Amino acid sequence: MNLRIGLPLVLLAVVAAVLGPWIVPADPRSQELALRLAGPSLAHPLGLDELGRDILARLVAGAGVSLIVGVSVVSVSSLVGLLVGGIAGYAGGWTDTLIGRVIDVLMAFPGILLAIALVAALGPSLRNVVIALATIGWVGYARLVRGQVLKAREFEYVHAAQSLGASPARLLLRHVLPSAYPAVLVQATLGMAGAIVAEASLSFLGLGVQPPTPSWGAMLDAGRSHLIDAPHLTVFPGLSIALLVLGFNFLGDGLRDRIDPRGRT
Amino acid sequence: MLRFLARRLLLTIPVLLGVATLVFALIHLVPGDPAVSMLGEAATPADVAALRAKLGLDDPLPVQYGRFLSDAGRGHLGQSLRTGRPVTTELSEKLGATALLAATAMLVALAVALPLGIIAAVRANTWVDSAAMALALVGVSMPNFWLGPLLALLFGVHLGWLPISGRGPSSAFLIGSVPRVPPEYLVLPALTLGLALAAILARMTRASLVEEFKELYVRAALARGLSWRRTVLGHALRNGLIPIITIVGLQFGAVLTGTIITETIFAWPGLGRLLIQSIQFRDYPMVQGCILLIAVTYVAVNLLTDLAYGLADPRIRYQ
Repeated sequence: MNLRIGLPLVLLAVVAAVLGPWIVPADPRSQELALRLAGPSLAHPLGLDELGRDILARLVAGAGVSLIVGVSVVSVSSLVGLLVGGIAGYAGGWTDTLIGRVIDVLMAFPGILLAIALVAALGPSLRNVVIALATIGWVGYARLVRGQVLKAREFEYVHAAQSLGASPARLLLRHVLPSAYPAVLVQATLGMAGAIVAEASLSFLGLGVQPPTPSWGAMLDAGRSHLIDAPHLTVFPGLSIALLVLGFNFLGDGLRDRIDPRGRT
Repeated sequence: MLRFLARRLLLTIPVLLGVATLVFALIHLVPGDPAVSMLGEAATPADVAALRAKLGLDDPLPVQYGRFLSDAGRGHLGQSLRTGRPVTTELSEKLGATALLAATAMLVALAVALPLGIIAAVRANTWVDSAAMALALVGVSMPNFWLGPLLALLFGVHLGWLPISGRGPSSAFLIGSVPRVPPEYLVLPALTLGLALAAILARMTRASLVEEFKELYVRAALARGLSWRRTVLGHALRNGLIPIITIVGLQFGAVLTGTIITETIFAWPGLGRLLIQSIQFRDYPMVQGCILLIAVTYVAVNLLTDLAYGLADPRIRYQ
């Protein structure tokens, strides 16, 4: 059920991002100032924004930005989290304690606050948004993987490989870490939703993707000034974010149900 | 309980030290010269040198770090570059408005989530459950920077029932720096902030109660002739709510950061809006102050949550 709702929503965004320029021929940057703030029409199905740009074309281009941020943040975060969590769980001792303390400190910050702080220092840009979100993102994966590794390293097949002379690196990469992959996959799917909302939040606050690059969060921010005279500037970007986030949340829940039916809620 | 309290307090010290270190490091992450960044490219070398001296940026890094920790420990966080007033004074003036908004949002969240979660659990695997949980999932997926403008559009613009910005004309205070706000000004910001949290809490309440209903004591209570209503409200709910304490505490971080966006949407004069304005003005001492205060509040709330959990469930103290 969850997969059947989530997958189409996510695929819709992927198709829009990849095939967007062919489906919606309007240029997301070209302006028709005489028609600024015009409502939906046949020529512009979702209307025009405060600078007379086609909202549908900008939403399609913004889908690409959201997905690029999501995929980049989730890829970097999960790889770092797998490595750090794997080392902490497998090595144990002071390595585990040290990594655990770093994780505790980073978890002591509400995630988006640290991202805001980092972007405030580094300057607003797409690259810095990815850096900031990955800096906070890996912690959750590391915690998850550490727990999985602690369990997996006691499995008999791991002891068997160890007694056959497998090196610690081989044991970790070939035998222990793969047991954490399903949980990481679920976390990554839900993490896509988190990264997309975080990017949109930062852009909404003026700290994310900078104009003229289209971003759903920045479009919502621009729409705030025209809430009364042109509500379509607020409604469509927000709906896009909500549907994509809903899609990833359903997909994540569906994957979790498939992987661990006991956790079904 | 005292040993548990002492151990938990001791564990908080390295976390606070780490938080302070990260906040200190912020200014050194600024590309180029932070003083130039704050004053702008048009600043004269003399102005830049004066600001560097004022912020102590010419001293060796360990000296700067030691001074930052010592000053922060005594509540001295420097002066705002924008207003020239002490950062601590400005923070204390804004803290009350944010505390009022956060507390009201938590109340909204609990008032919505508990009934929804309980109904979904009692009617588990029926259409009522599915509808309640689908509603909760939509709530989780709806970002507050969209929900806020939509609520403002509906209740403020179209229906004209509620004001959509500020905290009203009164400058009186309820207690400390907590402002006396006419309720109508609080409704939209609190709903925007509270509904997303309500969605998460409703899902957790449902999951926790469904597990609780499987316990033997529930069957025993029913077997002794207790009504289903009394069994749920008098027994299962009390135990089922223990994990919810943790979730409420952990979600307080989301509420705190949610205030940053909510205050920006509704021009609510709190810490979050101050943080964003300070970033726009590159007022780094104020940015550091806001982030330190929000992070320390979060750590303190987590500590209180742990202690409350320890009080509610004695097994936790001995782990």
